[in-house]
Amino acid sequence: MPKVIENVGCPYCGCSCDDVRVTVSDDGKKVLEVENVCAIGTEIFKHGSSDHRIRSPRLRQPDGSMKDITYEEAIEWTAQHLYKAKKPLMYGFGSTNCEGQAAAARVMEAAGGMLDNCATICHGPSFLAIFDNGYPTCTLGEVKNRADVIVYWGSNPAHAHPRHMSRYSIFPRGFFTGKGQKKRTVIVIDPRYTDTANVADYHLQVKQGHDYELFDAFRMVVNGHGNDLPDEVAGIKKEKILEVAEIMKNARFGTTFFGMGLTHSDGRNHNIDIAISLTRDLNKVSKWTIMAMRGHYNIAGPGVVWSWTFGFPYCLDLTKKDHAHMNPGETSSVDMAMRDEVDMFINIGTDAGAHFPIPAVKHLKKHPWVTIDPSINMASEISDLHIPVCICGVDVGGIVYRMDNVPIQFRKVIDNQGLLDDETLLNRIADRLDELNAQGA
Amino acid sequence: METVTITLEKQPELYLECYSVTPDLFAGKSLAEIASLPAHEGKIAWKLGDFFKIEGKAGQTAADTKIVVNGNVKRMKRFGQQMTAGEIVINSDADMYIGGWMRGGKITVKGNADSFLGIAMEGGEILIEGDAQNHVGSAYRGDWRGMSGGLIRVKGKAGNDIGTAMTGGTIIIEGDVFIHVLTHAEGGTVIVKGDVEGRVGGQMVKGDAYIFGNLLYPLPGFKKIGTVEKEVDGAKYTFDQYIGDLGERKGKKKGEIIYGNIYMKK
Amino acid sequence: MSEMIIKNGYVFDPISGIKGDKKDISIKDGKIVDKVSNKAEVIDASGKTVMAGGVDIHTHIVGPKVNLGREMRPEDKLFRGDFRGGILKQGKRMEMGFSIPSTWKTGYSYARMGYTYANEAAMPPLLAPHVHEEIRDTPIIDVSAMPVFGNNWFCFEYIKNKEIENNAAYVSWLLNATKGIAIKIVNPGGTEAWAWGDNCVTINDPVPYFDITPAEIIKGLIETNEYLGLPHSIHLHGNNLGNPGCYETTLATLKLAEGFNPKNKFGREQVLHNTHIQFHSYKGDSWANFESGAKEIMDYVNSNKKITVDTGCVTLDETTTMTADGPFEYHLNQLNHIKWANVDVELETGSGIVPYIYDKNIKVCGIQWAIGLEIALYANDLMRVHLTTDHPNAGPFTRYPRVIKWLMSQKARDATLNTMKWKDKVIAATNLASMDRELDLYEIAMMTRAGPAKALGLSSMYGSLAKGADANIAIYDLDSAKMPSDPEMIESAFSNTIYTIKEGVVVVKDKKIVAEPHNYTLWTKVNMPENAQVMHDIKEKFTRNYTVNLENYAVFDEHIHNPRAIEVEVA
Repeated sequence: MPKVIENVGCPYCGCSCDDVRVTVSDDGKKVLEVENVCAIGTEIFKHGSSDHRIRSPRLRQPDGSMKDITYEEAIEWTAQHLYKAKKPLMYGFGSTNCEGQAAAARVMEAAGGMLDNCATICHGPSFLAIFDNGYPTCTLGEVKNRADVIVYWGSNPAHAHPRHMSRYSIFPRGFFTGKGQKKRTVIVIDPRYTDTANVADYHLQVKQGHDYELFDAFRMVVNGHGNDLPDEVAGIKKEKILEVAEIMKNARFGTTFFGMGLTHSDGRNHNIDIAISLTRDLNKVSKWTIMAMRGHYNIAGPGVVWSWTFGFPYCLDLTKKDHAHMNPGETSSVDMAMRDEVDMFINIGTDAGAHFPIPAVKHLKKHPWVTIDPSINMASEISDLHIPVCICGVDVGGIVYRMDNVPIQFRKVIDNQGLLDDETLLNRIADRLDELNAQGA
Repeated sequence: METVTITLEKQPELYLECYSVTPDLFAGKSLAEIASLPAHEGKIAWKLGDFFKIEGKAGQTAADTKIVVNGNVKRMKRFGQQMTAGEIVINSDADMYIGGWMRGGKITVKGNADSFLGIAMEGGEILIEGDAQNHVGSAYRGDWRGMSGGLIRVKGKAGNDIGTAMTGGTIIIEGDVFIHVLTHAEGGTVIVKGDVEGRVGGQMVKGDAYIFGNLLYPLPGFKKIGTVEKEVDGAKYTFDQYIGDLGERKGKKKGEIIYGNIYMKK
Repeated sequence: MSEMIIKNGYVFDPISGIKGDKKDISIKDGKIVDKVSNKAEVIDASGKTVMAGGVDIHTHIVGPKVNLGREMRPEDKLFRGDFRGGILKQGKRMEMGFSIPSTWKTGYSYARMGYTYANEAAMPPLLAPHVHEEIRDTPIIDVSAMPVFGNNWFCFEYIKNKEIENNAAYVSWLLNATKGIAIKIVNPGGTEAWAWGDNCVTINDPVPYFDITPAEIIKGLIETNEYLGLPHSIHLHGNNLGNPGCYETTLATLKLAEGFNPKNKFGREQVLHNTHIQFHSYKGDSWANFESGAKEIMDYVNSNKKITVDTGCVTLDETTTMTADGPFEYHLNQLNHIKWANVDVELETGSGIVPYIYDKNIKVCGIQWAIGLEIALYANDLMRVHLTTDHPNAGPFTRYPRVIKWLMSQKARDATLNTMKWKDKVIAATNLASMDRELDLYEIAMMTRAGPAKALGLSSMYGSLAKGADANIAIYDLDSAKMPSDPEMIESAFSNTIYTIKEGVVVVKDKKIVAEPHNYTLWTKVNMPENAQVMHDIKEKFTRNYTVNLENYAVFDEHIHNPRAIEVEVA
C-alpha cells in the first residue's frame, strides 16, 4: 500500500513550504505523487527517487573516466587532500541541512581552510548591508496577518519563488487582513515589466543600476525634503515618487522584499543598505519591515549556523584554526578563485561549475576538485571526485531556515538506500582530519 | 633613522601575509630575529626569512626604523598593518591591507595597491604612486567607525568605496574613481581630482567631498547653495557648493543644522 | 562508579547554610554524597574557596536574536585590527566574539568562571528549534530556555476572557512543544503594539485590538503559573524599561504580585521575578535630571519576600543590547544612531538589537553603572537578589568577576568612579559613593548560585553542595581566611577557576578546559489532562494565521539535546 506523508518540507526555494503531501511506494523507495507544491518542488521529489541517481562515489581516472569507489575511500581521499592543501576552500550549501553545515564547519576548522556559501554570489551584499546598517525585519506570518502595502524591489517572485505571493504576501487572508489581495497595495520596482509587475498596482520602471538614487529620493520625501526633488530621478518622475512615498508613509504595515535586482547591480550592498535606511526612516511615521528574498530553502542555514559557530555568516578564513577572519572582497570564494589564492576546492550542495565566472572555474580546476552533491552537474563533470549524498527533505530530514530565518523541521520521505547524508559524511572527514592533525602535530 | 632592507628571493605559491613587516615589529630586533618573524601562506606558518633576504639594521624604536621592500611583492598583503611610527618604502605593486589600521608613520608604494588600502586608518601618511583598488580608507565590515585620521594619497585611479563611514582624515585620489565616495560618512575629507561616475555623499551625515572632474550621476539628495573659493591641496580654486545628503539625518551645532558638502570645481 | 573527594576547602553553600567552614565535599557517580571510599580521586582545595557551580538565571546566549546580533556585528570580533577578547583555543573548537560570543566560547567561558548552568532569557516559541540547535553546540554547561508569553495571542484571549484553566493548558502545551522551562514575559502587550509601531509604557495602556492591559496580562500569567505549580515563578521584564522616571512603573508592576501566593513543590517562595532591575530603577524625568531610584525599588523588594530580582549590572563596555522589547530598541537607535535590527514574530513576540557603548565618560552611563551596584548593596536578602548583566545588554557575562569585585570592594568602586569625567555629577545623582557595604563570599555565593537555583525551583539539583545535588563545583583561588587587599585579585580569581567540576568530571583545571562531557537541556514537563477547547483553538490559529504547519511546530525529539525534564503534575 502506498503511504501518504503529510507536512513535508519542500527543498527548493526560500519559501521553504512545509505543507507538501507526498505519496511514497510501499517499500519506501519511490515517490509516487507530490501535492501542494509548485512545479519546481515537484521535480525535486521525483528526481530524488529516480533510477538515475548516483549511489556511489566516483573518482576520476587518468584516462578521464570516472570509477566507482567506496565512501571510505572517498573520505580518505578528501581528508588527505584537505590536510595537504595550504588553503583549501569548501563552498556551497544551497542545498544541505543545518546538521551538514555544522559538520562542514568542523571539517574546515580542523583542515585550516576557507568556508563559504552561495550567499557569496547571491545575497552576500545583503549581509554586508546588514553588517553596516542593521535589519528591521519580521517573520512571513507578520506580513500575512498585518501587511497592507507590499513592495517587491528588484525581485520577481512569480518566477523565483512561485508560492510567495499566495502563501505569504499578497493573496492570503490573515488575522488583520481578512480581505486578502483586495485590501493590499502592491508596488513593484523593476527595470523590466515582469510577471510580478503584472499583478502590481504600481510598477516603477526604474533606470537599471540607479536604484540607489531612487531610494535617496524616497528618503528625502520621508525626511521632509520632497520639495527639493529634481523633476526626475532614476527614470521616475517627481510626481510619481511623491505619490508612492505617500502610500508608503500611510501604510498600516508595509514590507519591502528585495532580490538580485539590488544585490547584483552597481553598488550592490549599498543598494540594500539604503533600502534599510529608508525602512528605518519609515518607522518614524508608519510600521515597515524589509526582507531579503533568499533563493534556496536553506541558504539562510549556513549564515545562521556559522554565525553561532564562528561569529560570521560567510566568507570564512579558518586557516589559522584558532580564530576566524572574514572580509568579503578578500575571503570571498570568487575573489580567491580569480586571484589564484586557493589550492583545493570542494563544491557542496551547489554547482560552481555552472555559477562561477569561467575564469574562476578555470583557476579552481588547476587544483584538486571534489563535488559533494546528489546530482550530476557541471561541477561534478569536471571534478576529480564526486561524492553523492542524500537530499534534505527527500531521503534525510534535518533543520532548515526559511528566508525569514524561521527554522523548519524537514522530514525524510524515502529510504536513503545506502547513501550517506552530508552530516555523517562530513563528520567522518572531520574525524579523519583530527587523526591526521594529531599524528602530524 | 636606521634602515632594514628586505629583498624577495622567492614567490609564494599562493599569497603571503606580511603582517610582521612593520617598524613596530622590527624595532629593537636583530636581523636573525626579524627573519624569524612569522608570515602565513594559507595555513602554513612560514618565517619572513623563508622568502626574504634581510639586511641592514633596525632602529631601537618604531620611529627610528625604516623598512625598504625590494622585489615583486604583488602577492604580499598587510604591509605596515597597525604601525604607529617609522617608514616603509615598497618598490613594486603590493596586495591588500597596506597600512591597515595605521596609527602613524609613513608608507610609500612605488606601484599599485590592491583593496582595503588604509582600512580604518587613524593617523600617518600613505602614498601610492600607481592605482588603488576598492575600499580606500574604508571601515572594517560592520564598523560605523571608519578612517578617523591621517592622509592617503593615490596618484593614479581608484575603484569603489572611498572613505566609507569616514569620520576624519583626508583621502586624495588624483585620477578617476568609480562609485561610492564618503558613503555613510560622519566627517573627513575626500578630494578626487579626476572624474567620479556617481554616488558621492550617499547617506552622508557630515564630511566634505571635492570633485575636480565630472560627476556623471549626482544624487538627488544634494542641492546647490552657492559658489565659493577654497584652498585645496595647496592651491586655490572656485567650487559650486552642494549640501546634503537631504535623505539622511543631520546633526546640529548651536541650533544650526550641519550638512555634508560636495564641492564641484568650476 | 567514579568517586572524588575535594578536601580542606573553605566551603560556601547557602543552601546548606555553610559559611566558609573547612569541609570536604564527596562525590560519587556525578552527585554529592556523604562519603566516599579511600579509592576516590583526591583534589586538594587547601586555602581555596569552594562553591557550587554557578547558576545564571538570566542571559541571552542561544537563539535567533542572539545570533542575529552575532551575524550583524563582525566588528564584535575584529576591532582596530585585533580580535576582541584575544585569540584562545583551549577546547575542541575556536572561541570567537566579545559581547556576543560564539556558542563554543559561551560554554567554555562560563566553565572557566565556575558556572555550570545558564538559563536562556527568552525563546520565541516559533523559533524554538533554533534555540535547541545552539544548545547542542554550547559545550559543558547545562542550559534551559524560557519561552515568551507576554505578547502571545492565545494568552491575550484566554486572560481577557478570564479562562485561566485554558491559559494553563496552553502554557503547558507550549512548554512541551518548545521544551521550555518557565513563563517569560517581556514588555507585556507593548511588543504586540510595536507590530503596529506602538507601545505600552504603563501597565494600564491597552494593547491595540486585543484591548487587554499589561496589568491584566501579568496577573493572568501569575495566576496561571501558580495554577500549574511550575518550578519557577513568572520571569518579568516590565514595561517602560530604560526611561527616566520608570521606577514608578516598576513599583506599580511589582505591586501586582501582592495578591498572589507561591504554590509549588520545588521550594520556590516568590511569585514574581523581576529581571535586570537596574534598567527599571530610574528616577527623574529626562536624561538631564536622571538619577538613581535604586533605594525606592529596593525598599519595596526588601519588604516583599514574594519578589526576587536580578541586577542587570552595567560593566562600562562596548556591548550589544538585545531584547524582545522591540519598541525600546528602536527608541535606543533613535538616540544613539547605531545600526538597528528588529524581528517581529507572528502571533508571539518581537525583538530588537542595537550595539551600545557604556562610556565611563558619559554621565548617564556612570549613573547606570552605580544603580546596578546599589541594587545589590541595598539588599537585605541576597538569596532574592541575583547577579547578572542581562548579558549582553548591560555588559558581557565574562564581566561577572568584575561586578563581584565592585560588590566586594569599595576601593574598587572608588577607583572606577575616579576614572569618570563627570564623577561629581554621577555621585550627585546616585548613592553609591556613600555606601561602604562590601559583600562577602557567602553573599556572593547567594547571588551567583544558591539564590538563582532556589528561585528557579531547582535547588535540589543546582547551586547547592547538599547531598543529592548534581556534583557541580567551582574551586576559586581565594583564601577566605586571608583575602587579598588588591581587589584586582578578586576579579582574576573569579575569572578562572583552579577547578570546575561538572557532574563529577573535571572540566576546567588550572584555568584551562580539559574535558567536554555531555550537558543537559533542562525543561519543565507538565502532566495535565488534554484540553479539547485549547487544542481546537491551537489548530484553528495554525490553519489560519501561522505560516508553519502545526505538525512541524513542536521541536522534534531528535533535535532536543540530552533532555532532562522537571516534572509537574496538575490534576
